[in-house]
Amino acid sequence: MTLSPLLTVSDLRTYFYTSAGTARAVDGVSFTVGAGETLGIVGESGCGKSVTALSILRLIQQPGRIEPGSRIVFEGQELLQLDDAGIRRVRGNRIAMIFQEPMTALNPVFTVGDQIAEVVRVHASASRRAAWDRAVEMLTVVGIPAPADRAKQYPHQLSGGMRQRVLIAMALVMNPALVIADEPTTALDVTIQAQILELLGDLQRRLGTSIVMITHDLGVIAEVASRVLVMYGGEVVEEARVEALFAEPHHPYTEGLLHAMPRVGRRQERLTVIPGTVPPPTAWPSGCRFRDRCPYAWDRCAREHPPLYQIGAGHTSRCHLAEEPERRIAHRASSAEDGRVPSATAGHAGEDARV
Amino acid sequence: MGRTAIDTASTAGHPEAVASSVAGAGPWRAAVRRLVHDRSAVAGLIVLALIAAVAVAAPLVAPYDPLVQHDIVALKNQAPSLAHPFGTDEFSRDVLTRLMYGGRVSLAVAFLSVLLAATVGTAYGAIAGYLGGAADTVLMRVVDALLAIPRVLLLIAVATLWNGLEITGLVLLLGLTGWFGVSRLVRTLVIGSRDSEFVTAARALGAGDTRILVQHILPHVVSPVLVAATLGVGNVIVIEAGLTFLGMGVQPPHASWGSVFHDGMNAFASSWWVSFFAGAALVVTVLAVNLVADGLREALNARQLPAR
Repeated sequence: MTLSPLLTVSDLRTYFYTSAGTARAVDGVSFTVGAGETLGIVGESGCGKSVTALSILRLIQQPGRIEPGSRIVFEGQELLQLDDAGIRRVRGNRIAMIFQEPMTALNPVFTVGDQIAEVVRVHASASRRAAWDRAVEMLTVVGIPAPADRAKQYPHQLSGGMRQRVLIAMALVMNPALVIADEPTTALDVTIQAQILELLGDLQRRLGTSIVMITHDLGVIAEVASRVLVMYGGEVVEEARVEALFAEPHHPYTEGLLHAMPRVGRRQERLTVIPGTVPPPTAWPSGCRFRDRCPYAWDRCAREHPPLYQIGAGHTSRCHLAEEPERRIAHRASSAEDGRVPSATAGHAGEDARV
Repeated sequence: MGRTAIDTASTAGHPEAVASSVAGAGPWRAAVRRLVHDRSAVAGLIVLALIAAVAVAAPLVAPYDPLVQHDIVALKNQAPSLAHPFGTDEFSRDVLTRLMYGGRVSLAVAFLSVLLAATVGTAYGAIAGYLGGAADTVLMRVVDALLAIPRVLLLIAVATLWNGLEITGLVLLLGLTGWFGVSRLVRTLVIGSRDSEFVTAARALGAGDTRILVQHILPHVVSPVLVAATLGVGNVIVIEAGLTFLGMGVQPPHASWGSVFHDGMNAFASSWWVSFFAGAALVVTVLAVNLVADGLREALNARQLPAR
């Protein structure tokens, strides 16, 4: 990577100590985010995406804990070593977060203008008046018409798309270096989704903000991200530039995700699903955590926890197939004979991934 | 429900906004609008306002002095007449006047002690709910223990030990024994909003604990506490009357509704009007308070429903 990283997460482990056992929700995740870059984090529910995001801002609540040995370095500061006041100065100011559900992330009893102005008043010694003016200005920036009137309205008076714009305004009002967007479009209509993604991309170009985009939707990744982290079972299972990921997915889980995605312009008998569900984080399988759902799994996968193998430049994968690629070819040949949905179409997924 | 679309001007022409502009103003104004459309609540409010106004203005509007015994022989136990609309008591004092002055005491004691109870209960419950964990457990077990003591017995015990209770003392006593229920209510509400996404969002934007609790969580507690407190006012008026009736509340010769009621009991068979009008003042006031409380509950409950 040529960009000097803005954020470096290394060996992040966030465990939850519940009565059902220790849930290793995030278990040794490492990645970097460069200045002005958009990193996508993709995976099913329960893979540890959101916990990773909350860990960066140290928003993990009891009984969760970020384990010692984890490191989160942002703008040269170790966030895990900051005191309470220190991390509060980072939150909303240098790193902001956009939440999934814009209705519940806004406080229903305050006007949206008040809620944006509050962020200003928390971080800058601005007067009430100046903070309010800044809030109205931000509503203009995020493309809300009649911002001065809108600022005086309550969340329930705005549509879903408008509310998400308000959340974006709250996130960007202090001009942070990094925005973490946790499924920002999942709760929205598709037409509004496209508008919101466009807005985020546009603001990123204008303000030079880095974005971590968390989603389960590969279509969103294809739209905005330059680099992708695929998470499974609290781990990174594949990391690649977005083109490489769509063109040559390596990890069977990534392959499965791509097959499960409906594609415009391609007639498919039916979508392939990944069998089974994510195992509970209190009991990850030994060896490879995906092996129970993996079409290629063989005995080595149960014995040996795969490391992140280097596949290509900036492309890593946590799968033993990296050392035994012939197994994939053999499997494809045999499943083609069985008349099952061939997996080999994955190579063409990239160009028509946009939904 | 009397909702009107009033802010169409700002939303005209923006398709995203069309569905949203129904309720107009904020949640509080919407609640007030619902309240004024509730006839029984409005009736209760009017009655309460009248009683409170008469009590406050008692020195100006009362026909006599509440303590003066006009003629202890000739004018005692007079039936209602033009000169004494509610009659006179066994000391020849004017009952109407005494009820006007008594209302000052009864209403002030009720209002102030409920204010105290609501404040203490809200603070206690909010802290317990927000801290959670062991602190919450300890704090709430204390409340459980206090709730296990019957309130009236506790009041009687303390009032007996505390000879000649001042009104301040009565307020403190009623207030400090009245907050347990409120603290439970507030704790539950705080726990409900503590884990909500807008609290996480506020924290993610850099807000500290105090700001989150005061700015973001407590506003969600206000309306249920308001309803509970209103009901509490009715309850405390009755308790204060009871204590005074038993001779442990407001001390003679000062008037409260309870003491006037008590004064009339000795001669109830011959001069019923003393206790009757005191009792009527109590019943009408408590009824009005409860009507208002019901109206508030209706008006505030609907508060967070999206207006579309």
